[in-house]
Amino acid sequence: MSDFDRTAEYAIHHSEEAGKKMRKTIWLIFWVLLVVTGVEVTLGLIWKDMGLAWSFVKWTFIILTLVKAYYIVAYYMHLKHEYKNFIYAVALPYIVLIAYLIVMMLTEAMYIHEEADILM
Amino acid sequence: MAGHTAPIDSKKLWGGGISPFNASYGKIMMWFFLVSDAFTFSGLLISYGYMRHRFEDVWPVAEDVFTHFPFLHGDHPLLYVALMTFILIMSSVTMVLAVEAGQRMNKKGVTLWMALTIVGGLIFVGSQAWEWYHFIHGTELGALQLADGTIAQWASAAKDALVLPGGAEITGAEAAAMIQSGTEVYGANLTVNEYGVPLFGDFFFFITGFHGTHVFSGVVLNFIIFVNVLKGTYEKRGHYEMVEKVGLYWHFVDLVWVFVFTFFYLI
Repeated sequence: MSDFDRTAEYAIHHSEEAGKKMRKTIWLIFWVLLVVTGVEVTLGLIWKDMGLAWSFVKWTFIILTLVKAYYIVAYYMHLKHEYKNFIYAVALPYIVLIAYLIVMMLTEAMYIHEEADILM
Repeated sequence: MAGHTAPIDSKKLWGGGISPFNASYGKIMMWFFLVSDAFTFSGLLISYGYMRHRFEDVWPVAEDVFTHFPFLHGDHPLLYVALMTFILIMSSVTMVLAVEAGQRMNKKGVTLWMALTIVGGLIFVGSQAWEWYHFIHGTELGALQLADGTIAQWASAAKDALVLPGGAEITGAEAAAMIQSGTEVYGANLTVNEYGVPLFGDFFFFITGFHGTHVFSGVVLNFIIFVNVLKGTYEKRGHYEMVEKVGLYWHFVDLVWVFVFTFFYLI
């Protein structure tokens, strides 16, 4: 191992006791992900029969997806247990740029959509 | 550094004499790679959203496209893709359990959970191939591409009446003229799509294909690490951080699927 990459110094070790607790969290998150996915699929199948508005259903899907993403990144990828500065370094550039891109693209798409209707 | 005021152990310093974020070089670089990869996927998904809004009236409903389920006849919208999602979430769980076992230096545990993760990944790639197969082959009835490129669906199996995008039905002589000048199309590829605009097919192939490539390379990486685990490489090294790094990649693949599932299949 090179002097530069001191992985051994950073490697995380924990006891049997702590492991038990971690496994409990892992399975808890699994149930959260499973239930949220189940709700999404059920909603996808029955929203028309229930007479729900599509925009409500759509936003429910998006919010539930973000909930799932949070749990995967925070607990399965252990980002929550990293240094705060590192969390910011990873999450902030992504969130800011993507939010910007989404707003730009969707505004333009809707404009072009209407424009095309006028031209046709 | 809010909440982390404890001095850093001098043994942890990198070559440059500091210890960024109190994490190893490899792990930090894996994270930054994943951020850049996330940008790529976001670019694809956002451009999908753009085109979808642009062609709102003629965009196919995914629920009507992906209705097959192995060994079952009839329409089962969403069921198959829900199963695929479940398999991928499950393999994410086995992966994180492998990481946890590694932190206890439990070789047996890492071996078992890594093996299950690889199996889950292979099942997922296989399912995707199956989904592609059905999308490419399309329905028995097919559809009619009109002279101007619009896709019209057959109103019945008799193939003498048409339904235009938007729901208008055309029968009689008018329909006969359209059938005369149009071409019958079956399934989808990069230029033709019996379910609606070809762009839908293009995005489907590109996004799920790019994701499938990631799953496949994830399986390969997992397999390499799995062989190293069996050989006892990490036992000798004194830690299983490599399992953690491929774990990050594997969870990322799962994460991307969460978004593809929502934006391609649900919305």
